[in-house]
Amino acid sequence: GLCQPVWRFQVSSALKEGHVTPTELCQRCLALIKSTRFLNAYITVAEETALKQAEESEKRYKRGQPLGVLDGIPIAVKDNFNTAGIETTCASNMLKGYISPYNATVVQKLLDQGAVLLGKTNLDEFAMGSGSTDGVFGPVRNPWSYSRQYKEKSVPKSHSEDEESNWVITGGSSGGSAAAVSSFTCFAALGSDTGGSTRNPAAHCGVVGLKPTYGLISRHGLIPLVNSMDVPGILTRCVDDAAVVLGSLAGHDPKDSTTIQDNFKPFELPSLPDVSKLSIGIPKEYHAPGLSSEILALWSKAADLFKNAGAKVIEVSLPHTRYSIVCYHVLCTAEVASNMARFDGLEYGHRSDMNKSTESMYAATRREGFNDVVRGRILSGNYFLLKQNYENYFIKAQKVRRLIANDFLKVFGSGVDILLTPTTLSDAVPYREFIKEDNRTRSAQDDILTQAANMAGLPAINVPTALSERGLPVGLQFIGRSFQEKQLLTVAKWFEKQVKFPMIQLEEVKRHNHGIFQHQKSASFS
Amino acid sequence: QPVAVEVLDHLEQLALVDFRDAEGVERLRKAIQFADQLHEVNTDGVEPMDSVLEDRCLYLREDDVTEGNCANELLKNAREKVEEYFVAPPGNIPLPKLEERETFLQGS
Repeated sequence: GLCQPVWRFQVSSALKEGHVTPTELCQRCLALIKSTRFLNAYITVAEETALKQAEESEKRYKRGQPLGVLDGIPIAVKDNFNTAGIETTCASNMLKGYISPYNATVVQKLLDQGAVLLGKTNLDEFAMGSGSTDGVFGPVRNPWSYSRQYKEKSVPKSHSEDEESNWVITGGSSGGSAAAVSSFTCFAALGSDTGGSTRNPAAHCGVVGLKPTYGLISRHGLIPLVNSMDVPGILTRCVDDAAVVLGSLAGHDPKDSTTIQDNFKPFELPSLPDVSKLSIGIPKEYHAPGLSSEILALWSKAADLFKNAGAKVIEVSLPHTRYSIVCYHVLCTAEVASNMARFDGLEYGHRSDMNKSTESMYAATRREGFNDVVRGRILSGNYFLLKQNYENYFIKAQKVRRLIANDFLKVFGSGVDILLTPTTLSDAVPYREFIKEDNRTRSAQDDILTQAANMAGLPAINVPTALSERGLPVGLQFIGRSFQEKQLLTVAKWFEKQVKFPMIQLEEVKRHNHGIFQHQKSASFS
Repeated sequence: QPVAVEVLDHLEQLALVDFRDAEGVERLRKAIQFADQLHEVNTDGVEPMDSVLEDRCLYLREDDVTEGNCANELLKNAREKVEEYFVAPPGNIPLPKLEERETFLQGS
């Protein structure tokens, strides 16, 4: 049913009380990864190192000295974060075989807390895309494609047509991470978010996707796309878990000078959040063309929920919203053109056999290493940065960026605490539909509701809300003030409790959960 | 509006990335068309924004060597090396001109 109550299983306390050991947990997750291989969520599974980490964690629990809530918790990391000793590919031929010599700061922090790194997840090549379909290892499949909920609602057109052609995308670009969390193969995953790449797949896969404020979490070791907008993203099955992961990741990093120096205090969310004193803004421009009537209705229902709880709900305006995606397109391609210049085959990654000259070797290496999407963005970016275009495109986009950021400042300055918007225009589309349009068109359509938050550097979160008529997840987005993650997550948690999003009914998960999660319907760790 | 071949050639040389085919060139044309929407926005008197953190001071640390000495680690990922050097093909040789290069743009 749609409103099935979801029991919170505190796997952390289960570990502490010895109901399950870290190695058992790790093995279960690894087995589940194997039996859900068809999802193509993982590029690399680090089985040996994960089991070693689990063993170390087990020793600590036996001594009664776990490092914290995350000790022994299996996690996955998007394959654009550097992980020492483990291949980091960015789903590109350019980095196939590249073994990171270091851990990204966020990865190091998780490992320092005792988390168990199961593997690296699939994505669009170099995080460019909104489907997780354009990487060299192939597309990621949305676990909900195989759920009872989706199968019950889908009517095959012919007898021979089966799930093979009906499967839906995860959204992107952090699709692998979203699928990994959604299919219970890990308890939390790292994604990245530049235009919505964590929130979009979170919405399509029915998980919580948090984009923190720019400057809160270190980007050191995250292979950059757009330095002024990238942030590490957090994907979990419930808001409380996201708060725990945030607590372990946030804070100044001397290795990333774009992290703010303010002292960050990890927080716990109230068990009974109260929204009655809040002002919720509904930006009218987010009623974008193409927004499905289903999502529109859910959005409206959500607004009513807040109204009925005593919150002040008002319509607001962010007039430059529709230019956000154009602005992003220019700034993103420009920064990409610069960031991708480091891939020349000399120090790491793919190197062409062409040896005539440095330039021809670079050109051949990049020709062989990058896919169409990446090459396209590099060329567009270079076009906008040409002397004759710089003022008209790049500087112009930077000015529009300020207008977009100012729109938010005005609204938040007028007393609104949180904005409530849809995350995506519709539920997940079938892969065969999605690939009919090219990557840029798709990204422009799919990022429309998420991108502005990156432009302004604001924190935003997707909360799974309900299932669509097709039996697929739909989420809603909350956008908060800079560095006010506690308030944002409190509101998100309240909303999560109200909507009671159903658990995915996946055969493989049921099979593997027996014995470990027998009395639980969902598994979170906090 | 199509982009001049000279500009396309220039971009290939700057980016060291190729258009590959007609689709690649069309991709650029569409990207420019899309970006042109920016000109609808009035930005008179608006300062460009580099970073959302523009109101804060950039963090500077002391000029102390705190890590490094990892040449071996870093050399591991390079395909061609000699001792502690990355080996590159000869430099200062410009890319062949359009007429002599193997590029889709030839004959455009």
